[in-house]
Amino acid sequence: MSADLGELGDLYQEVILEHSKAPRNFRKPTTANHHAEGFNPLCGDKCSVYLDVENGAIKDIGFQGSGCAISRASASMMTQALKGKSTAEAAKLFEEFHNLVTGDAKAMENAAELGKLAAFGGVSKFPARVKCATLAWHTLQSALEDKSETVSTE
Amino acid sequence: MTAVAQPITREPRIVASSLDIAKIRADFAILAERINGKPLVYLDNAATSQKPRVVLDAIANYYTHMNANIHRGVHTLSVRATEAHDAARLTVRNFINAADTREIIFVRGATEAINLVAQTYGRVHVGAGDEVLITAMEHHSNIVPWQILCEEKGAHLKVAPIDDRGELILDEFAKLIGPRTKIVAVTQVSNALGTVLPLREMIELAHRQGVPVLVDGAQAIPHFAVDVQALDCDFYAFSGHKVYGPTGIGVLYGKRALLNAMPPYQGGGDMIRSVTFEKTTYNDLPWKFEAGTPDIAGAIALGAALKYIYALGMENIAAHEHDLLAYATEVVGAIPGVQLIGTARERAGVLSFVLDNVHPHDLGTILDREGIAIRTGHHCAQPVMERFGIPATARASFAVYNTKEEIDALVAGIRAALEVFA
Repeated sequence: MSADLGELGDLYQEVILEHSKAPRNFRKPTTANHHAEGFNPLCGDKCSVYLDVENGAIKDIGFQGSGCAISRASASMMTQALKGKSTAEAAKLFEEFHNLVTGDAKAMENAAELGKLAAFGGVSKFPARVKCATLAWHTLQSALEDKSETVSTE
Repeated sequence: MTAVAQPITREPRIVASSLDIAKIRADFAILAERINGKPLVYLDNAATSQKPRVVLDAIANYYTHMNANIHRGVHTLSVRATEAHDAARLTVRNFINAADTREIIFVRGATEAINLVAQTYGRVHVGAGDEVLITAMEHHSNIVPWQILCEEKGAHLKVAPIDDRGELILDEFAKLIGPRTKIVAVTQVSNALGTVLPLREMIELAHRQGVPVLVDGAQAIPHFAVDVQALDCDFYAFSGHKVYGPTGIGVLYGKRALLNAMPPYQGGGDMIRSVTFEKTTYNDLPWKFEAGTPDIAGAIALGAALKYIYALGMENIAAHEHDLLAYATEVVGAIPGVQLIGTARERAGVLSFVLDNVHPHDLGTILDREGIAIRTGHHCAQPVMERFGIPATARASFAVYNTKEEIDALVAGIRAALEVFA
Protein backbone atom coordinates (compact mmCIF):
# COMPACT_ATOMS: atom_id res chain seq x y z
CA MET A 1 0.00 0.00 0.00
CA SER A 2 1.30 3.41 -0.87
CA ALA A 3 1.88 5.86 1.96
CA ASP A 4 0.01 8.78 0.40
CA LEU A 5 -3.52 7.51 0.89
CA GLY A 6 -4.41 10.43 3.18
CA GLU A 7 -7.92 10.15 4.56
CA LEU A 8 -8.38 6.96 2.56
CA GLY A 9 -5.74 5.43 4.82
CA ASP A 10 -8.12 5.91 7.75
CA LEU A 11 -10.63 3.73 5.94
CA TYR A 12 -8.33 1.18 4.37
CA GLN A 13 -6.05 0.57 7.33
CA GLU A 14 -3.37 -2.07 6.91
CA VAL A 15 -5.18 -4.57 9.12
CA ILE A 16 -8.42 -4.10 7.15
CA LEU A 17 -6.70 -4.58 3.80
CA GLU A 18 -4.94 -7.66 5.14
CA HIS A 19 -8.17 -9.27 6.37
CA SER A 20 -10.00 -8.40 3.14
CA LYS A 21 -7.33 -10.21 1.15
CA ALA A 22 -7.14 -13.22 3.47
CA PRO A 23 -10.36 -13.44 5.48
CA ARG A 24 -10.28 -15.62 8.61
CA ASN A 25 -12.97 -18.17 9.45
CA PHE A 26 -14.23 -17.99 5.87
CA ARG A 27 -16.05 -21.30 6.23
CA LYS A 28 -19.18 -22.95 7.50
CA PRO A 29 -18.43 -24.78 10.78
CA THR A 30 -19.79 -28.34 10.66
CA THR A 31 -21.14 -27.90 14.18
CA ALA A 32 -23.08 -24.70 13.39
CA ASN A 33 -26.48 -24.52 15.09
CA HIS A 34 -27.37 -20.92 14.26
CA HIS A 35 -27.29 -19.30 10.86
CA ALA A 36 -28.54 -16.21 9.08
CA GLU A 37 -28.22 -14.66 5.65
CA GLY A 38 -27.40 -10.98 5.28
CA PHE A 39 -28.00 -9.06 2.12
CA ASN A 40 -27.43 -5.46 1.20
CA PRO A 41 -29.99 -4.86 -1.54
CA LEU A 42 -28.35 -1.56 -2.49
CA CYS A 43 -25.09 -3.13 -3.61
CA GLY A 44 -25.81 -6.84 -3.83
CA ASP A 45 -23.34 -7.75 -1.06
CA LYS A 46 -24.14 -11.09 0.54
CA CYS A 47 -23.02 -12.48 3.89
CA SER A 48 -23.87 -15.75 5.66
CA VAL A 49 -22.93 -16.08 9.34
CA TYR A 50 -22.73 -19.49 11.02
CA LEU A 51 -22.51 -19.99 14.78
CA ASP A 52 -21.97 -22.91 17.11
CA VAL A 53 -23.50 -21.69 20.37
CA GLU A 54 -23.41 -23.84 23.49
CA ASN A 55 -24.64 -22.70 26.93
CA GLY A 56 -24.70 -19.09 25.83
CA ALA A 57 -21.12 -19.17 24.55
CA ILE A 58 -19.93 -18.87 20.95
CA LYS A 59 -17.79 -21.99 20.52
CA ASP A 60 -17.24 -21.51 16.81
CA ILE A 61 -18.14 -18.94 14.17
CA GLY A 62 -17.64 -18.63 10.45
CA PHE A 63 -18.90 -16.64 7.49
CA GLN A 64 -19.24 -16.88 3.73
CA GLY A 65 -20.34 -14.51 0.99
CA SER A 66 -19.17 -11.82 -1.37
CA GLY A 67 -18.66 -8.15 -0.82
CA CYS A 68 -16.31 -5.21 -0.78
CA ALA A 69 -13.08 -5.01 1.21
CA ILE A 70 -14.78 -3.29 4.15
CA SER A 71 -17.58 -5.84 4.48
CA ARG A 72 -15.19 -8.79 4.04
CA ALA A 73 -12.67 -7.48 6.57
CA SER A 74 -15.43 -6.56 9.01
CA ALA A 75 -16.88 -10.09 8.85
CA SER A 76 -13.46 -11.66 9.21
CA MET A 77 -12.44 -9.54 12.21
CA MET A 78 -15.86 -9.99 13.79
CA THR A 79 -15.45 -13.77 13.77
CA GLN A 80 -12.02 -13.44 15.40
CA ALA A 81 -13.31 -11.08 18.06
CA LEU A 82 -16.31 -13.22 18.97
CA LYS A 83 -14.91 -16.72 19.19
CA GLY A 84 -15.15 -17.77 22.84
CA LYS A 85 -17.32 -14.79 23.85
CA SER A 86 -20.78 -15.09 25.39
CA THR A 87 -23.77 -14.10 23.29
CA ALA A 88 -24.39 -11.21 25.71
CA GLU A 89 -20.83 -9.97 25.16
CA ALA A 90 -21.35 -10.29 21.40
CA ALA A 91 -24.48 -8.11 21.55
CA LYS A 92 -22.61 -5.50 23.62
CA LEU A 93 -19.66 -5.52 21.21
CA PHE A 94 -22.02 -4.97 18.25
CA GLU A 95 -23.46 -1.94 20.00
CA GLU A 96 -20.01 -0.49 20.65
CA PHE A 97 -18.87 -1.29 17.11
CA HIS A 98 -21.97 0.32 15.64
CA ASN A 99 -21.40 3.44 17.73
CA LEU A 100 -17.80 3.56 16.55
CA VAL A 101 -18.51 3.35 12.81
CA THR A 102 -21.33 5.89 13.03
CA GLY A 103 -18.99 8.40 14.67
CA ASP A 104 -20.34 8.44 18.22
CA ALA A 105 -17.90 10.68 20.13
CA LYS A 106 -17.74 8.49 23.25
CA ALA A 107 -17.23 5.34 21.21
CA MET A 108 -14.40 7.03 19.29
CA GLU A 109 -12.79 7.99 22.56
CA ASN A 110 -13.02 4.45 23.94
CA ALA A 111 -12.10 2.81 20.62
CA ALA A 112 -9.00 1.19 22.10
CA GLU A 113 -11.23 -1.07 24.20
CA LEU A 114 -12.45 -2.65 20.97
CA GLY A 115 -8.97 -3.97 20.24
CA LYS A 116 -8.32 -4.66 16.55
CA LEU A 117 -11.89 -3.60 15.71
CA ALA A 118 -10.87 -0.02 16.52
CA ALA A 119 -9.41 0.02 12.98
CA PHE A 120 -12.96 0.57 11.70
CA GLY A 121 -13.13 4.01 13.34
CA GLY A 122 -12.22 5.56 9.98
CA VAL A 123 -15.49 4.30 8.47
CA SER A 124 -17.30 7.10 10.29
CA LYS A 125 -15.74 9.58 7.84
CA PHE A 126 -17.32 7.65 4.95
CA PRO A 127 -21.06 7.53 5.73
CA ALA A 128 -21.79 5.69 2.49
CA ARG A 129 -19.72 2.74 3.77
CA VAL A 130 -21.29 2.23 7.22
CA LYS A 131 -23.62 -0.42 5.80
CA CYS A 132 -20.63 -2.32 4.44
CA ALA A 133 -18.98 -2.39 7.88
CA THR A 134 -22.12 -3.46 9.74
CA LEU A 135 -23.58 -6.06 7.33
CA ALA A 136 -21.87 -9.01 9.07
CA TRP A 137 -22.86 -7.74 12.50
CA HIS A 138 -26.52 -7.34 11.56
CA THR A 139 -26.41 -10.85 10.15
CA LEU A 140 -24.86 -12.07 13.40
CA GLN A 141 -27.64 -10.45 15.40
CA SER A 142 -30.22 -12.11 13.22
CA ALA A 143 -28.50 -15.50 13.66
CA LEU A 144 -28.38 -15.10 17.44
CA GLU A 145 -32.02 -14.06 17.67
CA ASP A 146 -33.04 -17.24 15.93
CA LYS A 147 -34.65 -18.89 18.96
CA SER A 148 -34.92 -22.27 17.27
CA GLU A 149 -32.76 -24.93 18.92
CA THR A 150 -32.87 -27.00 15.76
CA VAL A 151 -29.52 -27.28 14.07
CA SER A 152 -29.66 -25.62 10.69
CA THR A 153 -29.80 -28.10 7.85
CA GLU A 154 -27.85 -25.75 5.67
CA MET B 1 -39.78 38.61 -17.51
CA THR B 2 -38.61 36.62 -20.48
CA ALA B 3 -41.13 35.81 -23.14
CA VAL B 4 -42.93 32.51 -23.11
CA ALA B 5 -40.50 29.84 -24.26
CA GLN B 6 -40.57 29.45 -28.02
CA PRO B 7 -40.91 25.81 -29.01
CA ILE B 8 -38.42 24.01 -31.19
CA THR B 9 -39.23 24.04 -34.86
CA ARG B 10 -38.02 21.13 -36.91
CA GLU B 11 -36.81 23.19 -39.80
CA PRO B 12 -33.64 22.00 -41.46
CA ARG B 13 -30.62 23.83 -40.15
CA ILE B 14 -26.89 23.88 -40.47
CA VAL B 15 -25.11 21.75 -37.90
CA ALA B 16 -22.06 23.29 -36.27
CA SER B 17 -18.91 21.43 -37.18
CA SER B 18 -17.91 20.71 -33.62
CA LEU B 19 -18.92 21.57 -30.09
CA ASP B 20 -17.06 24.03 -27.87
CA ILE B 21 -16.92 21.83 -24.79
CA ALA B 22 -15.28 24.49 -22.59
CA LYS B 23 -18.14 26.85 -23.40
CA ILE B 24 -20.70 24.12 -22.70
CA ARG B 25 -19.03 23.32 -19.36
CA ALA B 26 -19.39 26.98 -18.36
CA ASP B 27 -23.16 26.55 -18.71
CA PHE B 28 -23.13 23.97 -15.90
CA ALA B 29 -22.30 25.80 -12.66
CA ILE B 30 -21.99 22.58 -10.66
CA LEU B 31 -19.02 21.45 -12.76
CA ALA B 32 -16.95 24.11 -10.95
CA GLU B 33 -17.53 22.34 -7.61
CA ARG B 34 -14.54 20.92 -5.81
CA ILE B 35 -14.99 17.51 -4.22
CA ASN B 36 -12.53 16.56 -1.47
CA GLY B 37 -10.34 19.39 -2.70
CA LYS B 38 -10.30 18.12 -6.29
CA PRO B 39 -12.17 19.36 -9.36
CA LEU B 40 -15.41 17.43 -9.82
CA VAL B 41 -15.24 14.77 -12.53
CA TYR B 42 -18.85 13.81 -12.99
CA LEU B 43 -19.18 10.44 -14.71
CA ASP B 44 -22.53 9.33 -13.26
CA ASN B 45 -24.74 10.78 -15.98
CA ALA B 46 -26.74 7.61 -16.51
CA ALA B 47 -28.04 8.06 -12.95
CA THR B 48 -28.82 11.72 -13.50
CA SER B 49 -27.32 14.48 -15.61
CA GLN B 50 -26.32 17.91 -14.36
CA LYS B 51 -28.45 20.93 -15.31
CA PRO B 52 -27.42 23.88 -17.47
CA ARG B 53 -28.09 27.42 -16.27
CA VAL B 54 -31.01 27.86 -18.71
CA VAL B 55 -32.85 25.09 -16.84
CA LEU B 56 -32.22 26.65 -13.42
CA ASP B 57 -33.24 30.03 -14.83
CA ALA B 58 -36.45 28.60 -16.28
CA ILE B 59 -37.45 27.35 -12.82
CA ALA B 60 -36.59 30.65 -11.13
CA ASN B 61 -38.29 32.63 -13.90
CA TYR B 62 -41.45 30.57 -13.61
CA TYR B 63 -41.75 31.10 -9.86
CA THR B 64 -40.70 34.75 -10.12
CA HIS B 65 -42.95 35.84 -12.99
CA MET B 66 -45.64 33.24 -13.78
CA ASN B 67 -46.54 31.08 -10.82
CA ALA B 68 -50.27 30.25 -10.94
CA ASN B 69 -52.36 27.18 -11.56
CA ILE B 70 -52.91 26.26 -15.19
CA HIS B 71 -56.18 25.90 -17.08
CA ARG B 72 -58.07 27.62 -14.25
CA GLY B 73 -57.89 31.35 -13.86
CA VAL B 74 -58.69 34.12 -16.27
CA HIS B 75 -56.03 36.19 -14.55
CA THR B 76 -52.79 37.09 -16.26
CA LEU B 77 -50.46 34.85 -14.27
CA SER B 78 -52.61 31.80 -14.95
CA VAL B 79 -52.58 32.62 -18.65
CA ARG B 80 -48.77 32.98 -18.62
CA ALA B 81 -48.31 29.70 -16.77
CA THR B 82 -50.72 27.88 -19.09
CA GLU B 83 -49.03 29.23 -22.21
CA ALA B 84 -45.56 28.31 -20.98
CA HIS B 85 -46.73 24.82 -20.00
CA ASP B 86 -48.36 24.35 -23.42
CA ALA B 87 -45.20 25.58 -25.13
CA ALA B 88 -43.15 23.00 -23.20
CA ARG B 89 -45.45 20.25 -24.44
CA LEU B 90 -44.98 21.45 -28.01
CA THR B 91 -41.21 21.47 -27.48
CA VAL B 92 -41.32 17.84 -26.32
CA ARG B 93 -43.47 16.90 -29.28
CA ASN B 94 -41.03 18.47 -31.72
CA PHE B 95 -38.01 17.04 -29.93
CA ILE B 96 -39.19 13.43 -30.40
CA ASN B 97 -41.11 14.23 -33.61
CA ALA B 98 -44.50 13.08 -32.39
CA ALA B 99 -47.35 13.58 -34.85
CA ASP B 100 -49.59 15.40 -32.40
CA THR B 101 -49.15 17.47 -29.23
CA ARG B 102 -51.99 15.50 -27.63
CA GLU B 103 -49.75 12.44 -27.70
CA ILE B 104 -47.41 13.97 -25.10
CA ILE B 105 -48.39 13.14 -21.51
CA PHE B 106 -46.42 14.74 -18.68
CA VAL B 107 -45.63 12.29 -15.88
CA ARG B 108 -43.11 12.13 -13.01
CA GLY B 109 -40.58 10.10 -14.95
CA ALA B 110 -40.03 7.02 -17.11
CA THR B 111 -41.05 4.78 -14.19
CA GLU B 112 -44.45 6.43 -13.89
CA ALA B 113 -44.89 6.38 -17.67
CA ILE B 114 -44.36 2.61 -17.78
CA ASN B 115 -46.63 2.03 -14.79
CA LEU B 116 -49.29 4.15 -16.47
CA VAL B 117 -49.26 1.95 -19.57
CA ALA B 118 -49.15 -1.28 -17.56
CA GLN B 119 -52.08 -0.20 -15.41
CA THR B 120 -54.28 1.14 -18.21
CA TYR B 121 -53.46 -0.46 -21.56
CA GLY B 122 -52.12 -3.53 -19.77
CA ARG B 123 -55.12 -4.09 -17.53
CA VAL B 124 -57.51 -3.89 -20.46
CA HIS B 125 -55.56 -6.05 -22.91
CA VAL B 126 -53.60 -8.57 -20.84
CA GLY B 127 -55.60 -11.49 -19.45
CA ALA B 128 -55.05 -14.92 -17.94
CA GLY B 129 -52.56 -16.96 -19.96
CA ASP B 130 -51.44 -13.95 -22.02
CA GLU B 131 -47.82 -12.87 -22.31
CA VAL B 132 -45.79 -9.68 -21.88
CA LEU B 133 -42.38 -9.72 -23.59
CA ILE B 134 -39.37 -7.81 -22.25
CA THR B 135 -35.59 -8.31 -22.64
CA ALA B 136 -32.89 -9.49 -20.24
CA MET B 137 -31.44 -5.96 -20.29
CA GLU B 138 -34.31 -4.08 -18.69
CA HIS B 139 -34.02 -1.71 -15.75
CA HIS B 140 -36.14 -2.80 -12.78
CA SER B 141 -38.63 -0.08 -13.73
CA ASN B 142 -39.40 -1.92 -16.98
CA ILE B 143 -39.66 -5.31 -15.23
CA VAL B 144 -41.61 -4.77 -12.02
CA PRO B 145 -44.70 -2.93 -13.44
CA TRP B 146 -45.19 -5.87 -15.82
CA GLN B 147 -44.63 -8.43 -13.05
CA ILE B 148 -47.32 -6.73 -10.97
CA LEU B 149 -49.69 -6.80 -13.96
CA CYS B 150 -48.91 -10.44 -14.82
CA GLU B 151 -49.42 -11.53 -11.23
CA GLU B 152 -52.78 -9.78 -11.05
CA LYS B 153 -53.98 -11.21 -14.36
CA GLY B 154 -52.41 -14.67 -14.29
CA ALA B 155 -50.31 -13.72 -17.32
CA HIS B 156 -46.69 -14.65 -18.08
CA LEU B 157 -43.63 -12.41 -18.32
CA LYS B 158 -41.32 -13.61 -21.13
CA VAL B 159 -37.71 -12.48 -21.32
CA ALA B 160 -35.70 -12.29 -24.54
CA PRO B 161 -32.09 -13.36 -23.85
CA ILE B 162 -28.81 -11.55 -24.50
CA ASP B 163 -25.41 -12.91 -25.54
CA ASP B 164 -22.00 -12.60 -23.86
CA ARG B 165 -21.37 -9.22 -25.48
CA GLY B 166 -24.60 -7.90 -24.02
CA GLU B 167 -26.45 -7.82 -27.33
CA LEU B 168 -30.04 -8.92 -27.76
CA ILE B 169 -30.37 -12.26 -29.58
CA LEU B 170 -32.84 -11.07 -32.20
CA ASP B 171 -33.84 -14.56 -33.40
CA GLU B 172 -34.81 -15.55 -29.86
CA PHE B 173 -36.71 -12.30 -29.43
CA ALA B 174 -38.64 -13.00 -32.67
CA LYS B 175 -39.48 -16.53 -31.53
CA LEU B 176 -40.93 -15.24 -28.26
CA ILE B 177 -43.54 -13.09 -30.00
CA GLY B 178 -46.58 -15.33 -30.26
CA PRO B 179 -50.37 -15.31 -30.39
CA ARG B 180 -50.56 -14.72 -26.62
CA THR B 181 -48.14 -11.76 -26.66
CA LYS B 182 -50.14 -8.62 -25.80
CA ILE B 183 -47.37 -6.05 -25.45
CA VAL B 184 -43.60 -5.81 -25.90
CA ALA B 185 -41.72 -3.49 -23.50
CA VAL B 186 -38.05 -2.88 -24.29
CA THR B 187 -35.31 -0.46 -23.47
CA GLN B 188 -33.62 1.53 -26.24
CA VAL B 189 -30.25 1.67 -24.43
CA SER B 190 -29.24 -0.60 -21.54
CA ASN B 191 -28.45 1.44 -18.42
CA ALA B 192 -26.05 -1.21 -17.12
CA LEU B 193 -24.21 -2.12 -20.34
CA GLY B 194 -24.81 0.75 -22.74
CA THR B 195 -26.06 -1.59 -25.47
CA VAL B 196 -28.18 0.13 -28.14
CA LEU B 197 -30.99 -2.22 -29.13
CA PRO B 198 -32.06 -2.78 -32.77
CA LEU B 199 -35.42 -1.14 -32.16
CA ARG B 200 -36.57 -0.75 -35.74
CA GLU B 201 -36.23 -4.47 -36.42
CA MET B 202 -37.77 -5.35 -33.05
CA ILE B 203 -40.76 -3.08 -33.54
CA GLU B 204 -41.30 -4.38 -37.06
CA LEU B 205 -41.23 -7.97 -35.79
CA ALA B 206 -43.80 -7.14 -33.10
CA HIS B 207 -46.05 -5.18 -35.43
CA ARG B 208 -46.06 -8.02 -37.96
CA GLN B 209 -47.89 -9.99 -35.25
CA GLY B 210 -50.07 -7.01 -34.32
CA VAL B 211 -48.32 -6.48 -30.97
CA PRO B 212 -47.72 -2.90 -29.73
CA VAL B 213 -44.31 -1.88 -28.40
CA LEU B 214 -43.43 0.34 -25.45
CA VAL B 215 -39.90 1.78 -25.53
CA ASP B 216 -38.07 2.77 -22.33
CA GLY B 217 -36.06 5.67 -23.68
CA ALA B 218 -34.63 6.92 -20.38
CA GLN B 219 -31.02 6.10 -21.35
CA ALA B 220 -31.36 6.99 -25.02
CA ILE B 221 -32.94 10.42 -25.07
CA PRO B 222 -29.85 12.39 -23.90
CA HIS B 223 -27.49 10.71 -26.36
CA PHE B 224 -28.94 10.82 -29.87
CA ALA B 225 -31.93 12.06 -31.85
CA VAL B 226 -35.13 10.12 -31.25
CA ASP B 227 -37.94 10.12 -33.81
CA VAL B 228 -40.97 8.23 -32.52
CA GLN B 229 -42.67 8.27 -35.93
CA ALA B 230 -39.64 6.82 -37.68
CA LEU B 231 -39.33 4.15 -34.96
CA ASP B 232 -43.09 3.57 -35.19
CA CYS B 233 -43.13 2.68 -31.48
CA ASP B 234 -46.53 2.74 -29.81
CA PHE B 235 -45.36 4.18 -26.49
CA TYR B 236 -42.14 5.96 -25.56
CA ALA B 237 -41.17 6.78 -21.97
CA PHE B 238 -38.39 9.02 -20.68
CA SER B 239 -37.33 11.01 -17.61
CA GLY B 240 -36.49 14.70 -17.65
CA HIS B 241 -33.64 14.50 -15.17
CA LYS B 242 -31.51 12.24 -17.36
CA VAL B 243 -31.73 14.70 -20.25
CA TYR B 244 -30.48 17.80 -18.41
CA GLY B 245 -33.91 18.67 -16.98
CA PRO B 246 -35.10 18.63 -13.38
CA THR B 247 -36.21 15.61 -11.36
CA GLY B 248 -39.92 14.95 -10.94
CA ILE B 249 -40.90 15.43 -14.58
CA GLY B 250 -41.00 12.94 -17.42
CA VAL B 251 -42.88 12.10 -20.57
CA LEU B 252 -45.07 9.35 -21.90
CA TYR B 253 -45.60 9.46 -25.65
CA GLY B 254 -48.39 7.28 -26.97
CA LYS B 255 -50.07 6.94 -30.34
CA ARG B 256 -53.28 8.93 -30.18
CA ALA B 257 -55.62 6.08 -31.10
CA LEU B 258 -54.17 3.91 -28.33
CA LEU B 259 -54.30 6.69 -25.72
CA ASN B 260 -57.87 7.54 -26.66
CA ALA B 261 -58.98 3.94 -26.17
CA MET B 262 -57.23 3.58 -22.80
CA PRO B 263 -59.02 4.08 -19.48
CA PRO B 264 -57.67 6.89 -17.26
CA TYR B 265 -54.78 6.19 -14.87
CA GLN B 266 -55.60 8.37 -11.88
CA GLY B 267 -58.71 10.34 -11.06
CA GLY B 268 -58.72 13.96 -9.99
CA GLY B 269 -58.64 17.51 -11.21
CA ASP B 270 -57.75 18.43 -14.80
CA MET B 271 -58.49 14.91 -16.12
CA ILE B 272 -62.27 15.43 -16.10
CA ARG B 273 -64.68 17.45 -18.18
CA SER B 274 -67.62 17.30 -15.81
CA VAL B 275 -68.38 15.57 -12.55
CA THR B 276 -71.65 14.64 -10.93
CA PHE B 277 -71.99 11.97 -8.27
CA GLU B 278 -73.58 9.73 -10.90
CA LYS B 279 -71.15 10.15 -13.77
CA THR B 280 -67.84 11.74 -14.66
CA THR B 281 -66.92 12.63 -18.21
CA TYR B 282 -63.19 12.46 -18.85
CA ASN B 283 -61.21 15.22 -20.43
CA ASP B 284 -59.56 14.98 -23.84
CA LEU B 285 -55.95 14.02 -24.42
CA PRO B 286 -53.47 14.74 -22.98
CA TRP B 287 -55.22 15.96 -19.83
CA LYS B 288 -57.13 12.69 -19.41
CA PHE B 289 -53.88 11.21 -18.07
CA GLU B 290 -52.77 14.24 -16.06
CA ALA B 291 -54.83 14.20 -12.89
CA GLY B 292 -54.04 16.88 -10.32
CA THR B 293 -51.99 20.04 -10.59
CA PRO B 294 -48.92 18.97 -12.56
CA ASP B 295 -45.26 19.88 -12.04
CA ILE B 296 -45.67 23.07 -14.06
CA ALA B 297 -42.19 24.45 -13.41
CA GLY B 298 -40.70 21.02 -14.12
CA ALA B 299 -42.37 20.76 -17.52
CA ILE B 300 -41.25 24.28 -18.47
CA ALA B 301 -37.69 23.55 -17.31
CA LEU B 302 -37.68 20.26 -19.25
CA GLY B 303 -38.67 22.27 -22.31
CA ALA B 304 -35.70 24.57 -21.67
CA ALA B 305 -33.36 21.54 -21.35
CA LEU B 306 -34.55 20.01 -24.63
CA LYS B 307 -34.16 23.33 -26.43
CA TYR B 308 -30.65 23.66 -25.01
CA ILE B 309 -29.43 20.32 -26.37
CA TYR B 310 -31.38 20.72 -29.60
CA ALA B 311 -29.46 23.94 -30.18
CA LEU B 312 -26.18 22.07 -29.60
CA GLY B 313 -27.35 19.52 -32.16
CA MET B 314 -28.10 15.91 -31.27
CA GLU B 315 -25.77 14.76 -34.08
CA ASN B 316 -22.94 16.77 -32.50
CA ILE B 317 -23.69 15.39 -29.05
CA ALA B 318 -23.81 11.84 -30.40
CA ALA B 319 -20.48 12.32 -32.19
CA HIS B 320 -18.75 13.83 -29.15
CA GLU B 321 -20.03 11.11 -26.81
CA HIS B 322 -19.10 8.42 -29.32
CA ASP B 323 -15.52 9.72 -29.26
CA LEU B 324 -15.52 9.77 -25.45
CA LEU B 325 -16.87 6.24 -25.19
CA ALA B 326 -14.44 4.90 -27.78
CA TYR B 327 -11.55 6.56 -25.94
CA ALA B 328 -12.72 5.33 -22.52
CA THR B 329 -13.21 1.79 -23.85
CA GLU B 330 -9.67 1.82 -25.22
CA VAL B 331 -7.80 3.31 -22.25
CA VAL B 332 -9.81 1.73 -19.41
CA GLY B 333 -9.91 -1.60 -21.24
CA ALA B 334 -6.11 -1.50 -21.59
CA ILE B 335 -5.48 -1.37 -17.82
CA PRO B 336 -4.26 -4.78 -16.63
CA GLY B 337 -6.82 -6.17 -14.19
CA VAL B 338 -9.82 -4.48 -15.82
CA GLN B 339 -12.57 -6.51 -17.43
CA LEU B 340 -15.20 -4.63 -19.46
CA ILE B 341 -18.78 -5.85 -18.97
CA GLY B 342 -20.90 -5.32 -22.06
CA THR B 343 -19.01 -5.11 -25.32
CA ALA B 344 -21.89 -4.70 -27.73
CA ARG B 345 -20.94 -3.36 -31.15
CA GLU B 346 -23.30 -0.44 -30.73
CA ARG B 347 -23.23 1.29 -27.36
CA ALA B 348 -24.13 4.71 -25.99
CA GLY B 349 -23.05 6.64 -22.94
CA VAL B 350 -22.00 3.80 -20.63
CA LEU B 351 -18.78 1.95 -19.78
CA SER B 352 -19.32 -0.88 -17.27
CA PHE B 353 -16.38 -2.81 -15.85
CA VAL B 354 -15.03 -4.88 -12.96
CA LEU B 355 -11.52 -5.07 -11.53
CA ASP B 356 -9.55 -8.09 -10.36
CA ASN B 357 -9.22 -7.91 -6.57
CA VAL B 358 -11.04 -4.60 -6.18
CA HIS B 359 -14.75 -4.57 -5.42
CA PRO B 360 -16.67 -1.80 -7.26
CA HIS B 361 -17.60 -0.17 -3.93
CA ASP B 362 -13.99 0.19 -2.89
CA LEU B 363 -13.19 1.66 -6.29
CA GLY B 364 -16.11 4.07 -5.91
CA THR B 365 -14.79 5.32 -2.56
CA ILE B 366 -11.23 5.70 -3.82
CA LEU B 367 -12.37 7.60 -6.93
CA ASP B 368 -14.59 9.85 -4.82
CA ARG B 369 -11.51 10.97 -2.87
CA GLU B 370 -10.16 12.14 -6.24
CA GLY B 371 -13.38 14.03 -6.97
CA ILE B 372 -14.51 11.42 -9.52
CA ALA B 373 -18.17 10.38 -9.33
CA ILE B 374 -19.11 7.02 -10.83
CA ARG B 375 -21.88 4.56 -10.01
CA THR B 376 -21.09 1.24 -8.39
CA GLY B 377 -23.55 -1.55 -7.74
CA HIS B 378 -26.15 -3.44 -9.72
CA HIS B 379 -27.62 -0.33 -11.41
CA CYS B 380 -31.21 -1.48 -10.72
CA ALA B 381 -30.62 -4.21 -13.28
CA GLN B 382 -29.98 -7.29 -11.12
CA PRO B 383 -30.95 -9.76 -13.87
CA VAL B 384 -28.15 -8.27 -16.03
CA MET B 385 -25.64 -8.78 -13.20
CA GLU B 386 -26.85 -12.37 -12.82
CA ARG B 387 -26.44 -12.96 -16.57
CA PHE B 388 -22.76 -12.02 -16.28
CA GLY B 389 -22.29 -13.84 -12.94
CA ILE B 390 -21.23 -10.75 -11.00
CA PRO B 391 -22.86 -8.96 -8.05
CA ALA B 392 -21.98 -5.45 -9.21
CA THR B 393 -20.01 -3.36 -11.68
CA ALA B 394 -18.39 0.02 -11.74
CA ARG B 395 -20.07 2.26 -14.31
CA ALA B 396 -18.73 5.43 -15.86
CA SER B 397 -21.38 7.21 -17.92
CA PHE B 398 -20.93 10.23 -20.14
CA ALA B 399 -22.65 13.47 -21.07
CA VAL B 400 -21.96 16.22 -23.55
CA TYR B 401 -19.82 18.17 -21.05
CA ASN B 402 -17.35 15.36 -20.36
CA THR B 403 -13.80 15.43 -21.72
CA LYS B 404 -10.96 13.05 -22.50
CA GLU B 405 -8.99 14.66 -19.64
CA GLU B 406 -11.71 13.47 -17.26
CA ILE B 407 -11.35 9.94 -18.63
CA ASP B 408 -7.59 10.21 -18.04
CA ALA B 409 -8.38 11.14 -14.41
CA LEU B 410 -10.60 8.06 -14.19
CA VAL B 411 -7.79 5.88 -15.50
CA ALA B 412 -5.35 7.30 -12.93
CA GLY B 413 -7.90 6.64 -10.18
CA ILE B 414 -8.43 3.05 -11.29
CA ARG B 415 -4.65 2.48 -11.32
CA ALA B 416 -4.39 3.92 -7.79
CA ALA B 417 -7.17 1.60 -6.57
CA LEU B 418 -5.45 -1.42 -8.10
CA GLU B 419 -2.27 -0.38 -6.27
CA VAL B 420 -4.03 -0.10 -2.89
CA PHE B 421 -5.35 -3.64 -3.22
CA ALA B 422 -2.32 -5.15 -4.98
